[in-house]
Amino acid sequence: MNFDFSDDQKLLRDQARKFLQDKCDRKSVRSILEDHKQNYDVDLWSQISELGWTGTAIPEEYGGLGLGMLELCVIAEELGRALAPTPFSSSIYIFAEFLKSYGTDEQKKKYLPLIASGEKIGTFALSETNGKPKPNNIKTQHNSGKLNGSKNPVSDGESADYIIVAANSDSNSNYNSLSLFIVDKSDPGVNVSNLDTIDPTRPACTLDLENVACERLGDEGSGWEMIDNIFNRAAVLFSFEQVGGAQVSLDEAKKYSLERFAFGKQIGAFQALKHKMADMYVKIELARSNAYYGAWALSTDSNELPIAAAGARVSASEAYNFASQENIQIHGGVGFTWEYDCHLFYRRSKLLSLNIGSIRQWKENLISNLEKRNIV
Amino acid sequence: MDFNDTPQEAEFRKKVRSFLEANAEKRSTLAAKPKGDSGSSISSAGAPETVKGEDAAKLALQNAKEWQRKKADAGFAAILWPKEFGGYGGSPIEQVIYAQEEHDYFVHSGYFEIGIGMLGPTMMAWGKDEDKKRFLPKMITGEEIWCQLFSEPSAGSDLAGIRMKAEKDGDEWVLNGQKVWTSGAHFADYGMIVARSDPTALKHKGLTYFYVDMKTPGIEAKPIKQISGSANFNEVFFNDVRIPDSQRIGAEGDGWKVSLTTLMNERLAVGDPPGLDFDQIFEASKEIEVEDGLAVKNSEVRQKMADWYIQSRGLQYTKYRSMTALSKGQTPGPELSISKLVTASKMQDVSSYALDLMDMSGMVHQDKNPILKNLFQNGYFFSAAMRIAGGTDEVLRNIIAERVLGLPQDERSDKKLPFNELPSGKN
Repeated sequence: MNFDFSDDQKLLRDQARKFLQDKCDRKSVRSILEDHKQNYDVDLWSQISELGWTGTAIPEEYGGLGLGMLELCVIAEELGRALAPTPFSSSIYIFAEFLKSYGTDEQKKKYLPLIASGEKIGTFALSETNGKPKPNNIKTQHNSGKLNGSKNPVSDGESADYIIVAANSDSNSNYNSLSLFIVDKSDPGVNVSNLDTIDPTRPACTLDLENVACERLGDEGSGWEMIDNIFNRAAVLFSFEQVGGAQVSLDEAKKYSLERFAFGKQIGAFQALKHKMADMYVKIELARSNAYYGAWALSTDSNELPIAAAGARVSASEAYNFASQENIQIHGGVGFTWEYDCHLFYRRSKLLSLNIGSIRQWKENLISNLEKRNIV
Repeated sequence: MDFNDTPQEAEFRKKVRSFLEANAEKRSTLAAKPKGDSGSSISSAGAPETVKGEDAAKLALQNAKEWQRKKADAGFAAILWPKEFGGYGGSPIEQVIYAQEEHDYFVHSGYFEIGIGMLGPTMMAWGKDEDKKRFLPKMITGEEIWCQLFSEPSAGSDLAGIRMKAEKDGDEWVLNGQKVWTSGAHFADYGMIVARSDPTALKHKGLTYFYVDMKTPGIEAKPIKQISGSANFNEVFFNDVRIPDSQRIGAEGDGWKVSLTTLMNERLAVGDPPGLDFDQIFEASKEIEVEDGLAVKNSEVRQKMADWYIQSRGLQYTKYRSMTALSKGQTPGPELSISKLVTASKMQDVSSYALDLMDMSGMVHQDKNPILKNLFQNGYFFSAAMRIAGGTDEVLRNIIAERVLGLPQDERSDKKLPFNELPSGKN
């Protein structure tokens, strides 16, 4: 049994943690939170790009480091711990993974080196309206090489240079009519306008497309299938970010409970709080274990990936939501002030549990994939 | 990252498999149902559920003893014990591998778990050489069964609060009082007992540890009927039970220290908690009709089942992480302490929810219930016990908070006063 990261991967984790402690402190997170003109920490982005993090899991022939998905999981956990305000997830977990899995060699050569170096940023545009994206609410159309429609919300859309857009080629939209298209944001028909989000360190925008030129990514009509696969891959990576953030929420709750005195003792000595923190610990450990299993499935291209990814996603989303909520509760009154950092985690946890589909969707994915496995 | 044995572990697993294949009957994979009350790791009674009555219980015990003998002859009866006492001299990971493999076979080792897992190691650490020579070999072979006489009516979670009197009379001790929740006291040959030898000392200082022959005059075991209807535990009464001072283990007043050796081994001794989990309700949901068709197709049911799935598999993968640590020769992390806490509540939630799904027929709980064979009715009762036995949910949360997270211990009034001056609510 060797269900753990290797010593080299752990070393990478230690280095990443030290680097982020130094370069991505709460002050720099707050500068993005409070400055509406800044979508991400540009300095941090260029430094992590120089370190090669953006190219971690991109093959060497396309300008990356050619390491594996496990290394990317390790980095994801650290980015989550540090609340790093960068478009890393949109560009690396999603855009690069789409290209790696479905790009032609030509497309890979064109886009991946720019993404691996951090010079360009990519993202993905799917949702158009309230509720779960599905065929009847995707109205964006592809006709004769041009895209028309509107997407909302698009994570990191303002920061992005390239956007993968999901659009129907058929006015009678169904599960076989969706295709994916790569758009260059500099096209004059592209319009973005900023949206406020529940976590401004992870921004989003509205994307309007008017006769925008595009190139197709992957097979025509296989959009939903590709999205499922890439969201599964991204779910594992996000689960590490979530576990990282949840762990810091618990650590900070604990620290505060040992510093704060009430009724003549440390509040961390009250069983009501001890038991709450024990429950946080339990949920985080279960989430960490589910995330590890996801990492194993991701790194081995296992058939288990849809189940492992959904398990990791649900477990880590619930653990982080719980830990960040209870962190505020343990802090009491100061917990809901702007000054204390609790809300940074409260914001981030909820945003991360929505960005590639809600917990209820992923629970549904989990059970339906278990049903499929049973039939096979 | 992989799930493979090391070459050495694979070699050991092969040896275990060939022993089991040659000597025991494999469980059918279809019959993988939860173990319910009997045969669970918490109780050591271990009689198959279908066996009822005294004769059948005797037969089950005899079968278990025969199996234990075979294990002992093959060297597998006590993987962690040193070879000089008849053990395998193995590592914790080998212990885990053996347990994994044996789990697939119809055998009962529960009768011997407390002795081999907890009491034997205590005797090795604190006992006299002649006692080790006399008792340990027969503990391994199952010829003599041991029970643990610790809990009392007024000392449950607060174990050090025991009141069993041990009074010295020349070269003898006289024991008076009552023990409770003693698994297997009615068939055990010997027991290890901790008693209060000095009520004027501080709570943890006035205890002394002994072993007793369960046939000593004055000892009487009475089974406790549980809400499930079965009786896996006993009350054990001691009336002027006289034992020689040579049966003392450790020094007078060191009883708590010796007890800690026993309790530290409990975590390793207690194996997999019994099932009734996601898999059972997932299967059942394909048979039960709710308002809009099969339960498995109902959105609320699916959402609930997903929660149980992530808990269930989260625990399984946590165990893989612990095994990885063991495999590397490291001490497994404290993450093992979450297992029973999660499992017991999950089982109660699963069984209660499944009964809801069954609607009116969920009320029925008769022998050989044709509807899902009482699976969830039994789980409903057993899970309530499981949340308490072997450390209540609350004690486990305290353990996690204090030992894992390093939060302060509760403020206690019982550490500074002599035991007989502590408030007890009784006198």
